[in-house]
Amino acid sequence: MGDKTFLFTGLTILILLSGLALAAPVIAPYSPTQQNLEQDLLTSSKEHPLGTDKLGRDMLSRVLYGARISVWVGISTVSVSLLIGFLIGSLSGYFGGWIDQLLMRLVDVLMAFPGILLAIAFTAVLGPGLNHVILALCLIGWTSYARLVRGEIIAIREREFIHAAQALGGSPTRIVLLHMLPNLFSPLLIQATFGMAAAIIAEGSLSFLGLGVQPPTPSWGSMLNEGRQFLLVAPHLTTFPGLAIMITVLGLNFVGDGLRDKLEKKGK
Amino acid sequence: MKRYLLHRLLLFLPTLLGSLTLVFFLIHLVPGDPVEVMLGETASSVDKGALRRELGLDLPLWTQYLRFLTALAQGDLGRSLYEQGGVAELILIRFPATLELTLAAMGVALFIAFPLGIMAAVKKNSWMDRSSLIFSLLGLAMPNFWLGPLLMIVFSIGLGWLPVSGRGGLAHFILPSLTLGMTMAAILIRMVRSSLLETIHEDYIQTARAKGLSEWRVWLKHALRNSLLSVITIVGLQFGALLAGSIITETIFAWPGIGRLTIQAIQTRDYPLAQGCVLVISTTYLVVNLLTDMLYRLVDPRIRYGR
Repeated sequence: MGDKTFLFTGLTILILLSGLALAAPVIAPYSPTQQNLEQDLLTSSKEHPLGTDKLGRDMLSRVLYGARISVWVGISTVSVSLLIGFLIGSLSGYFGGWIDQLLMRLVDVLMAFPGILLAIAFTAVLGPGLNHVILALCLIGWTSYARLVRGEIIAIREREFIHAAQALGGSPTRIVLLHMLPNLFSPLLIQATFGMAAAIIAEGSLSFLGLGVQPPTPSWGSMLNEGRQFLLVAPHLTTFPGLAIMITVLGLNFVGDGLRDKLEKKGK
Repeated sequence: MKRYLLHRLLLFLPTLLGSLTLVFFLIHLVPGDPVEVMLGETASSVDKGALRRELGLDLPLWTQYLRFLTALAQGDLGRSLYEQGGVAELILIRFPATLELTLAAMGVALFIAFPLGIMAAVKKNSWMDRSSLIFSLLGLAMPNFWLGPLLMIVFSIGLGWLPVSGRGGLAHFILPSLTLGMTMAAILIRMVRSSLLETIHEDYIQTARAKGLSEWRVWLKHALRNSLLSVITIVGLQFGALLAGSIITETIFAWPGIGRLTIQAIQTRDYPLAQGCVLVISTTYLVVNLLTDMLYRLVDPRIRYGR
């Protein structure tokens, strides 16, 4: 598959997903938290195309509302992590010296942990809940952006156009934002796309372990966790939320791969 | 080389100390009083005070931190609040199960990745190449907390071929190691393919062909051997990721390893045990990364003498 096919397929998936997430209150046939104990664990039917869960809640509505959580987690985690990472990476790369040493040792320490383990530890400290999950993911997510920004800034800070801007009296903030940022755009965009996929999987993992989004809020990870108890009698409870995560991550990876191929070709 | 190893070790130690510090302060920030967790909310303040003194929790945090480091240097990770025995012993009992699972997952990943990666490179742009790419993309997109239950539905519940959960004979290994190893396999397929395709254009490959060697011999003996270097790095780095991934896989398959113990400790607010588990996993992760880096330089003489 070429880069265009990747990009097109990925973008189509993401646009559709965002559309479904935004339109969930309008298109979902039921409220995602509306219980009907008389209709628990139903399989696919006209009234409930994806069946119902153990409390008789409509699975289609819950999967649609779950998309809102995933999209929100992906966007907010990446935006905040990117902002922190950019700030720290710029400081580190532009000024160098002891500031660089100090900040990069902090990055080393945070990167010395497997991401999911640190996310579990942070959510144990912060307590469960959507905002805490996002905060925990941001606390670990900024490090990769900081390293990327630092590396790119070090690579371009000795270039002539940067020296020229400095000679003209440009402040560090102005130089970083106006002259360096445009050069960082492509690698950051690619990293952000993969970062969004990683954030969605991490949120799913935490919710699956019971440390993330709490019931009755429908998150794909927590739905999988609830469905795990009914694997024998109602496998659809795990199938649909899992499929939703897979398609979303696949879409993001397609876009990331497509962008990388396209932008790298352009760079050459 | 010696200089490099020393430099790498010197960098490793502050990172290790930093991670130990982070774990200590994180666990002490967890809301809730461990004394109340142990004695219950209804215990008298005299009893609570006595236990707090016994555990050293009445001391300033800085003093507690120094005591923690001193005890750690002696291999003492404290005592679990609920389980009988010390944290180190509890972890030692569970660690082999995690190591077994991680190694099995790595074996599965290599078993899948090498044939598919080699096929994809040899038959570049064919249906085989495209199929392995699709397999790899799906492997990356399938989180293990979904793949595990899915495999259970098909092979344990549907077909009845494999046990649903637990640790036991060889059959118990198949689903958990497949679940844990799939992401690594997906990464390795692409890695093997791209390193082979990079190596195949080297001059010595043309020489091997000119000598009249068969195409398979050229690929497997000459190209593959030289592209193993980048694969070793990924395998080493992914080993740490597998160790962390075992937390979820062990929870799904009720595998009695350190990953499941970590989650149980966090859920029951067993602070010393949670602290010990996080410490052991992160230190193993750090050590494996260090060893991978060193092995990488040992294997490739160009890197060894390159500096």
